Amino acid sequence: MSTAVNSATYAAMPIGRVPTTLTINGQTRTRAIEPWTTLLDLLREGEDLIGTKKGCDHGQCGACTVLVDGRRINSCLKLAVTLDGAEITTIEGLGQPGNLHPLQSAFCDHDAFQCGYCTPGQICSAQGLINEGKARTRDEVRELMSGNLCRCGAYTNIIDAVLDVIGEQA
Amino acid sequence: MATAAKIGIGSAINRVDGVEKVTGTARYAAEHPVENLLYGYIVEAAIAKGRVLSVDEDAARAVPGVVEVITHLNRPHVAWTDHSYQDEMKIPGSPFRPLYDDRIHFSQQPIALVLAETFEAARYAASLIEIAYETEAHNTDFDVALDDEYVPKKKRSGYVPPKDRGDAAQAFADAPLRVAGDYRLAPEHHNAMEMFGSTVEWHGDGSITVWDKTQGSQGVHAYLASVFGFSKKKVRVLNPYVGGAFGSGLRPQHQVFLAVLAAKMLERSVRVTMTRQQMFSHAYRPQAVQSIALGAETTGKLTAIRNAATTSTSRYEDNMENVVTWGLMNYDCPNADAEYTLAQIDTPTSADMRAPGAATGMTLFEIAIDEMAYAAKVDPLEFRLINYSPIDAMNGTPYTSKALREAFREGAEAFKWSERSAEPRSMREGNELIGWGCATGMWDAQFSKTSASAKLSANGHLEVACATSDIGTGSYTVMTLVAADTLGLPPEQITAKLGDSDLPAAPVEGGSWGAASSGAAVQLACQAVGKKLLKAAGKIAGEPLDGAKIEDVLFEDGCIVLKDTPTVRVPFGDAMRAADLTEIEEEATAAPGFGDMWKGLHKSKNTHSAIFAEVRVDEELGVVRVTRIVDAVAAGRIINPKTARSQILGGVVMGIGMALHEETFSDHRLGRWMNHNFGEYHVPVHADIHDIQVIFVDESDPEVTPLGVKGLGEIGIVGTAAAIANAIYHATGKRVRSLPITIDKILE
Repeated sequence: MSTAVNSATYAAMPIGRVPTTLTINGQTRTRAIEPWTTLLDLLREGEDLIGTKKGCDHGQCGACTVLVDGRRINSCLKLAVTLDGAEITTIEGLGQPGNLHPLQSAFCDHDAFQCGYCTPGQICSAQGLINEGKARTRDEVRELMSGNLCRCGAYTNIIDAVLDVIGEQA
Repeated sequence: MATAAKIGIGSAINRVDGVEKVTGTARYAAEHPVENLLYGYIVEAAIAKGRVLSVDEDAARAVPGVVEVITHLNRPHVAWTDHSYQDEMKIPGSPFRPLYDDRIHFSQQPIALVLAETFEAARYAASLIEIAYETEAHNTDFDVALDDEYVPKKKRSGYVPPKDRGDAAQAFADAPLRVAGDYRLAPEHHNAMEMFGSTVEWHGDGSITVWDKTQGSQGVHAYLASVFGFSKKKVRVLNPYVGGAFGSGLRPQHQVFLAVLAAKMLERSVRVTMTRQQMFSHAYRPQAVQSIALGAETTGKLTAIRNAATTSTSRYEDNMENVVTWGLMNYDCPNADAEYTLAQIDTPTSADMRAPGAATGMTLFEIAIDEMAYAAKVDPLEFRLINYSPIDAMNGTPYTSKALREAFREGAEAFKWSERSAEPRSMREGNELIGWGCATGMWDAQFSKTSASAKLSANGHLEVACATSDIGTGSYTVMTLVAADTLGLPPEQITAKLGDSDLPAAPVEGGSWGAASSGAAVQLACQAVGKKLLKAAGKIAGEPLDGAKIEDVLFEDGCIVLKDTPTVRVPFGDAMRAADLTEIEEEATAAPGFGDMWKGLHKSKNTHSAIFAEVRVDEELGVVRVTRIVDAVAAGRIINPKTARSQILGGVVMGIGMALHEETFSDHRLGRWMNHNFGEYHVPVHADIHDIQVIFVDESDPEVTPLGVKGLGEIGIVGTAAAIANAIYHATGKRVRSLPITIDKILE
């Protein structure tokens, strides 16, 4: 059964909607989505997957990073209707309290965040980086994580956490 | 009996709210699910000064899903007096009143709010609103405004006027060595990652719950009650998670006003978030110019300090900072004078941003000190030791503690400062010039009246609560560790609650007073629980503790233990059952002056730091890399070395931004910030940050605050940019007196 996003309110909208099949954190559903809705707003407002953060809405900060078919993207720059058939993993899909992903554990152990707002994006970005398989050294990880801003300045701890996990997988 | 290593004050534990943050389950202000929500989108003024003549809303209202457009013309009644709008951190003047009338005081001022059933509809409709203006001449150019600099009549609370000593003018004229110049800091924006947002739940009975991005739930609570005439019981403000703030959330920001205004008018729940561009429509660190003149003997002994600064403020409030006092306090010098003035420009009122005043005034001063060290041909670190003042040289008072000498020593050793070659441009590797610089940092060790409660259940669970905030500072963890320390319980059995205006009273979290103040309050509340526990244990048949007094026992592993006979242990649960108690709840208030604090009453209370920086500068391109920082910090007792280190790392990173990147540019013709986004307002990114080493030097100080804690939120940024500027001089021989030191300034 297809369920409309944020049902009642969105249903009242006459701007037209496009049936779109998305697999989000392993669950496949077809949704009727307005063409002007970004993947970021769909996740946050439509699905209550608020772990994906909005920090600029312009692809400049990386807080909204999610994995689409295993690749990291800024979800604020992607209209949801363009992702028909895609598999999306958000921070909620990577790991949960009691079942942490290795990156999530490493971030805790290295105190790789303070306010925590950029954190889900950093972690998803780090997973994307690992999937890309090209970063090995500290300099490479720094360079390739530079799309994810952290205003609290946890950068050195973030790199320590990511290198820990890369090291384990190597 | 074998006991696990006690976890308490001084234990490096993981942040207790960490799992929520790494799994995306921590909810920030705009993320609380509320039924039947309306989305508000802010429309901003396109001119810097004038009036709104008309608002054409027709096209916006025609967008499906749009419910209302609120402007000054149709808004419901709100308070009108300045007094009603004055918040906890009020600044002398006339506070900004959103949507109050047709007056425009600054570009990007909110002038309308569009409410719609979806965010997208509100955003689109907002773009269709046409506003006609009557413009008036504006000025946003600080250099022009300097012609009308002035000394404000009314001083802001917390402002410390500088105290002159000796005859600095004469001493400067007579000095064999003289350095004088104007040092500048660009305007900066806080740019926390979470954008300002508020979710207002309208309950239908006239009461509201507000999730707000703020550094103080009770400050916003009082503001909303005052401005909208709510009875205090009808408003609850929550900020359990705050995505950074750095001072921008000390005062209520206009999105919370607009969200509550809309909720009240439409009797619906409302969410308003700012965009990143709109994050430049309020608080910013004031632009500054500081004229520093130093005189010294040829030995490097300072004989004269003259320190005059001007910072920017708005036309409607006098935002004052302590800019000029730091150098006068920190250096032994018989003659010193200082002056501080404001200059008004047509922007929003400038605001506190991480180490307000010191990050500007101490940092710029430390560049001048470096210049004098070179003039005297004395090693910059040695120069600071020659002019070291063990007492507060401005007020003539001792410090409760000042381990800056130790910080210099430990920092220098870790940095290997002794291997530095003295001459500028004398170190290089390939095409990069290498420079080493140092600087001193300084901040206030503050304490603010704070209350907390502690509730112990018979199952051994302890809940401590305080209305303070955790803006990434680690307050949850600090409260947990202090409670664990006081009552001898493992952190897993403790829950810390904060960020709720219903909890025991706390001020806004800022000024680095949070850990010292809420920590002390939690300790007091837990101590009161301990006393009740001991009393309850007296009811146990046979009185195993034999009438012991509180000073005869300690609390360990969930037991009351006799100090003299540690084998005598009464589990908390046994004591509570004997007294027929299911829980013990106590509330306590920590106010300045208790404990040993009275001994420090007439002393100066400050944190200090010694910062060492290495830069590598591409000789042809002028690109600067900060490859190494050592920050040795003297900040009293450290509650959690792990989160404490992160606080300093964060301050240092923002200091690197101040040194090299951060500057908000104005187009003075339009009177508008030009680079109001993350693409053009540059903050440090991963690639900019290399090796940073943090050292906490031993500094025991029972007089400064009850826990001996001095606070860490600000000290990391103070002086960092100076150490980098000084390193750039050492690398290149080029002295840049204005921050940030962008490539053009190095190449020119």
